[in-house]
Amino acid sequence: MIMLQTEALAKSFTLHLQGGVAIPVLRDVSLTLCAGECVALAGPSGAGKSTLMRCLYGNYGADAGRILLRHGGALVDIAQADARLMREVRRDTLGYVSQFLRVIPRVATLDIVAEPMRARGVPADEARARAAALLTRLNMPPALHGLPPATFSGGEQQRVNLARGFAAGHPVLLLDEPTASLDTGNADVVIALIAEARAAGCAIIGIFHDVAVRDRVADRLFQVQPVYEPA
Amino acid sequence: MNALLEATGLHLRFGAVRALDDVAVSIWPGEVVAIVGESGSGKSSLLRVLAGMQRAHAGRVLYRDAAGATHGILDASDAALRRLMRSDWGFVHQNARDALRMEVSAGGNVGERLMAAGQRHYGNIREVAAHWLERVEMDPARIDETPKNFSGGMQQRLQIARTLVTNPRLVFMDEPTGGLDVSVQARLLDLIRGLVADLGLAVLLVTHDIAAARLLAHRIMVMRHGQVVEEGLTDRVLDDPRHPYTQLLVSSVLAA
Repeated sequence: MIMLQTEALAKSFTLHLQGGVAIPVLRDVSLTLCAGECVALAGPSGAGKSTLMRCLYGNYGADAGRILLRHGGALVDIAQADARLMREVRRDTLGYVSQFLRVIPRVATLDIVAEPMRARGVPADEARARAAALLTRLNMPPALHGLPPATFSGGEQQRVNLARGFAAGHPVLLLDEPTASLDTGNADVVIALIAEARAAGCAIIGIFHDVAVRDRVADRLFQVQPVYEPA
Repeated sequence: MNALLEATGLHLRFGAVRALDDVAVSIWPGEVVAIVGESGSGKSSLLRVLAGMQRAHAGRVLYRDAAGATHGILDASDAALRRLMRSDWGFVHQNARDALRMEVSAGGNVGERLMAAGQRHYGNIREVAAHWLERVEMDPARIDETPKNFSGGMQQRLQIARTLVTNPRLVFMDEPTGGLDVSVQARLLDLIRGLVADLGLAVLLVTHDIAAARLLAHRIMVMRHGQVVEEGLTDRVLDDPRHPYTQLLVSSVLAA
């Protein structure tokens, strides 16, 4: 079953403060992702892998093309979605683990992880219990669960981010360098989490810097081609 | 589901200045919308028009109450607007002194809104007021002190308690963290973020603080010269700004 499909997706940036220079990043990207599948984005640095990921999440607006996502039983073009629909899509269907955690002052780690579950209507106790279990599995000791992650190391913040991303059980998950700042032991936990999510039918698109990790989790590669402007 | 508040074609002039130039806004239940822009962009005028505090020269503002009845705000009577402000709406001013009665106790400031909403039992009112002081992280033991003794941050938290005690459906906020120390701002923003999420409030927030908008708002509207130049999902507008003015605004923020 197709979960996500892009058709002729294009994205460029127009820098008005730099004399209106236009930087094309994505052109004619057509990609298909089915339930239970893990597709790794490949291509040289600067090819637009992260830009594609951000377009899929609605963080960057696409210039042209369609992004069809299975949401609420139907394929919805989220390239055209308004802000309210996009919030609903992110709550119910589309999860995203960014490279860096955006820390909210004063909010405890456990609540950051539980929040997407709470938004989907999971009772507070259950959400916090699941959050604690996931954090513990990612080798975050319970003593840290009550603290805001502002003072955590990069690797610890990334694990908070991962726990938050996997906790809610979204049917489609976007992972941007999920193992980048992790040691081997924690990378193995992430690889196991990906396998479990896929077994449950989750469709995953990832960027994996580490080729060994990529080869263990991905079914296939999708090449993101750099856009070169004709001279 | 329907929009709580919907405005179209708003125009407002102050002499030669176009404060609002064909502005449209809608806000839905549970949605936090930030209106950002520099001083003089028209953002505070927009808030005042939507809240019925300033009449626009043209346009329409419709508010839908809990029973589903719609109210035209631009032609509503003063009495009808006062009724809405007492029951369905709340307004948080930049300067807490504009909302608080400085010679009345903290508990009295909170309780007064409840009494205006029809509550009469003194014991209950005091109990609810004490509870709300706690919710805004104030020591309930200070319930009988007047806000004159309070710091700016405490006064602002008291104003928030006074506003939210009547369970409004829609809250207007005009630079709620303006003029406060940075550390006080952070605490206040976090407090607002938590309360808004817990209570499922709809909030229209005017701010020139982009970081505050990112933290609190689901959706953002960028205003300049009385016009909305860009709007959308908060992280989309701030991470992929399209309009030259939004790009300037975003690039002007200092990263700490």
